[in-house]
This record gives sequence, structure tokens and C-alpha cells, in this order.
Amino acid sequence: MPIQYYIYFCLTLFSIGIIGVLTRRNAIIVFMCIELMLNAVNLLLVAFSKMHHGAALAANPASTAGIDGQLFVFFIMVVAAAEVSVGLAIIVMMYRNTHSVDINFLNRLKN
Amino acid sequence: MNAIIFSAVLGVLLMFSGIFFSKKSTITVIAVVSLLILFIVNIAENYGLFAITVDTKNLLSFSRFGLFFNSILIAATLIFVLLSGKEIENTSVNTAEYYALIMFVLCGISILTAFNGLLMLFLGIEIMSIPLYILTGADKRNLKSNEAALKYFLMGSFSTGIMLMGIALVYGATGSFDLVSVMNKPGSAGVEIPSFLKSAGYILLFAAMCFKVSAAPFHFWTPDVYDGAPSVFTSFMATIVKAAGFFAFIHLFESNAALLGPSWKILVSFVTVATLLAGNITAVFQQSIKRMLAYSSIAQAGFMLLALFSNNDLAREGIILYAVAYCMATIGFFAVLIKVKDYTFEGFNGLAKKEPLLAFSATIFLLSLAGIPLTAGFFAKYYMLASVIKSGGALWLVITAVLFAAVSVYYYFKVIQAMYFKEGNPEVNAGSAMYRTLLVLLAAAIVLVGALPSIVLNWFYF
Repeated sequence: MPIQYYIYFCLTLFSIGIIGVLTRRNAIIVFMCIELMLNAVNLLLVAFSKMHHGAALAANPASTAGIDGQLFVFFIMVVAAAEVSVGLAIIVMMYRNTHSVDINFLNRLKN
Repeated sequence: MNAIIFSAVLGVLLMFSGIFFSKKSTITVIAVVSLLILFIVNIAENYGLFAITVDTKNLLSFSRFGLFFNSILIAATLIFVLLSGKEIENTSVNTAEYYALIMFVLCGISILTAFNGLLMLFLGIEIMSIPLYILTGADKRNLKSNEAALKYFLMGSFSTGIMLMGIALVYGATGSFDLVSVMNKPGSAGVEIPSFLKSAGYILLFAAMCFKVSAAPFHFWTPDVYDGAPSVFTSFMATIVKAAGFFAFIHLFESNAALLGPSWKILVSFVTVATLLAGNITAVFQQSIKRMLAYSSIAQAGFMLLALFSNNDLAREGIILYAVAYCMATIGFFAVLIKVKDYTFEGFNGLAKKEPLLAFSATIFLLSLAGIPLTAGFFAKYYMLASVIKSGGALWLVITAVLFAAVSVYYYFKVIQAMYFKEGNPEVNAGSAMYRTLLVLLAAAIVLVGALPSIVLNWFYF
């Protein structure tokens, strides 16, 4: 499959995530949309890694060039997991005080 | 490598010290000692006396500039803990955890001052940001703190997503995460890739970095987060973390700026002017001093962006001086602000009568922030402007920056006016003798650096 398919698919997925963040009002759904953005990046990195690695293999069968993209994906997963643990704790903390996870509630600091 | 290893280990030790020591002031002493150790090992590495070397496969590279900048930030954290340790103890019951989180932030900063590729840039920024989300929400019962934490978290991880997309696109175009080769490499042979990838990737990276240093038009989170977070941690976020963000921003683009073409300069100057405008003009209309400081930190970020624009040796000296001047002045002023009960301008009325020492040091901090001669802030701004002139051509940018610096004098002097020329009886906690001594020493240091900026810069060249 040409790489363009992966690029456009990942960009679509990423855009869905961005639109979700901008339009949804529930903190947990906003959070899920952010995760969707990260996963779109993961998929794109793996696709690019495979592409670069394939090109390097054709030139030299022992080449390991292009595998660092897949390494990056593991780091993104680890950081995303750390972010989830902190983020959910913050959402729970807010829910305890306001009994709501609606981010429209976040307007106390405006004035 | 010293600072990265020691900050992580000392952070874990500090976290456990909460179990063994129930007295909060003991934990503060341990934190101060840990920061001192961290400072010493970092300096030692810079002088080549004691250095742990790990083969990082070219992911990290320790330059003298980066290590020196790291030492400045660790020293600033030390001053911050010495001045505001009492307030950290009073924030909540989990004192040891807060110090541990500050150490983890420093670990992220140590990575950011040494990164040599996009992978370490990403990890450094995340290790720096995630503890900050927690520190922002440290005041658990306070709704404003909750709101600030959630806002910071959602915006922060959103911008991380944007940055990662930028990194992925750059990787697709070049097949490498290395900082230097990224721009030069045309990409793997025999692969057909769309040509927009590299420029799109760099624009996304630029936007995400602008968000992290709160440059306009990505600054909207800053006032709310800085206002809602507990004041001690606002002071930490607005100074040390922001300076580290700037170092990363400049380091990311310094070796590649020439290859990015003329549109790069237009983009950076646009962002700089927008940041100066948004920060300074909005700060004029604030009622709360804490919120005014949040906008002023955006305005100061505009000045630091000039180093990104000019990108020469003078800019590197300038960003060092700016980090020193801005960190000292803002940490000092926040230390005074915390002691005052009411954060509005009226809350400062008549402070000079009641606490002449606090008011006098606060005046020096504000003069330094405004960039008045004989304070450190003057030479910081001077070096920035000189570097832009040296890089050639952009005289209009210098004039704009000077005009906005003049605007900033208005809102800084409003505080001085309230302290000295208005009648009032502010509620203020005078603080311990050590706090007052340190405050005066800090003010003296600002005047000293303002008179002889070379004492900071000589360290850089030693």
C-alpha cells in the first residue's frame, strides 16, 4: 500500500481528535480525543518506520536504519500512560468538589 | 548526565523522606541539601571534575552552554525553595511529595538542556510538564486550583499531541530524529513522500513550542493557570520552567534556522510582536497583581523570543542574562506577594510604611522586570536588542520591543506607586529573619548583576 494512504488516514484520525477536543464539553471525552490524537501519531510513526526500514533493507539486507520510529512509539505509549494516571486523578479531584466533569464549569478564573 | 541521574535519585529519596520525618521543616532542609548536591555535581560536570558518563547513542550531548544554563536553573530553584519553603509547607500536608515533584521537574529540565534529538526533546518536555500538572492542582480543596490544573492538563496534553504530530511528519520526511541531520537529509533513497511533510512538521513543532513557552497566539492558558495555581508554584512555573522551555526552543531551531529560509524570520518576528502586544497591553488592565504578573510573564517571553529571532552568540549570552535577571526578579517578587494577604493593587497600599524592607526589595525586583538601568533586567533587555541589531536588518523589531518595554513600565510602577504613595494598612506577614536577609541579598544580587553583567557571563566563558 502506498504511504500516502497511511498519511491521509492518520491525519484524518488526528483531525477527528482535534475536533473532539474543541467541541466536546465532557472532560473525559476531551481526554479520550487527546488519546486518539496520540494514537494517530503512533500509527503514522510505525508506518514511516516501516517505509524507511524497507528502503534501507533494499539497499543493505543487514541494515537497521529506520527502526527508531518504532522505538519512539513505545516512549509515546509510556508517557501517555503516565499522563492518563495524572489526568484522571485531576478529573476525579474536580468531580469530588463540583460533582460534574463538564468543562463549561471552568469559568471561575475568567473574572 | 550528573544532573539527570542525581535529580531522579534525589527526587525518589525526597519522596520517601515524608515517611521518616514528620516535621515539615526537616523535609525542607533535606530539599535544600538535595538541591545543593545537585548544583554541585552539575557544576563539577561542567568543569570536568566529576562526571558520570553513559553512552547515550548520541541522544544527549552535554555542551558547556547547556550545562551552565542548567546550573543557573538549579540555583534559581535553590533560591526559590529557600525563600518560599514555608509556603510550600503550608500548601497542604504532602510537603515531601511537592519537593520530589520539583526534583522531577528539574530532571526534565536537565534533559531539555542536553537533548540532541527529537525523542529526548519530547521526553524532557513531558517529564517537566507532568509533575507541573500535579503542582498546579496542589491545593485540592480550592476550586480555582482544580480548574487551573484541569485546564493546564488538557491544554498541555493537547499541545503534546500537536508536537508529536510535528515530530512524526519530520521523521517521515527525513527518516531520522537527530537534530542536525534532520534538516539536511533529503530522506531515504527510493521512497516517494509528499513534499509538504517537512514544512508542515516544523510548523506544528513551532506551534507546540510556542504553547509551552506561552507565546502568542498560544498564550490563552497562561493567565488562568498562573492565577489559579497556588502562588508558590506559580512562581516556579513562571520562571524556571519557562526559562527551560526557552532554552529548548532556541536549541531546537538554532542549528537549522538558516535552512528554514526567509519565511522563518517573518514567522518568528510575527510571533514576537504578537506576544509583546498581547502581554503588555492586557497586563495594563489587570486588577489583580498575580494576574498582572501572569501577563507580564507573557510580555517577558516576547523579549526572550528575540533571541530566537537573532540566533547569534550575543543572543546566547543574552538568554543567559535574561534567565538570571528574570528568574531572580520574579521569584523575589512572588516571595513578597505571597506574604501579602490581598493580591489586588489596593492590597499593596501603604506597604512601604508598614514593611519598608519588603517594599524596598519589591521595588528593586519590579525595576529589574521593567528594565531600568543599574538592575539586571536592563542588561538582559540590552543584550537581546543588541543581538537583533547585530543579526541585521530588523530595526523595526527593536523599536517595537522598546516601545512595549516602555508600556511595561506603567504597570510595574503602578505597584511601586501603591506601596509608596498611597495610604493604607495592608495585611502582611513579615516573615522570618532568614527570609528577610535572603530577600535583601537577592535584591543586592540584582543590582550587582545590573552594574557588572560580566560576572554572570564570565562564568560562561571561564
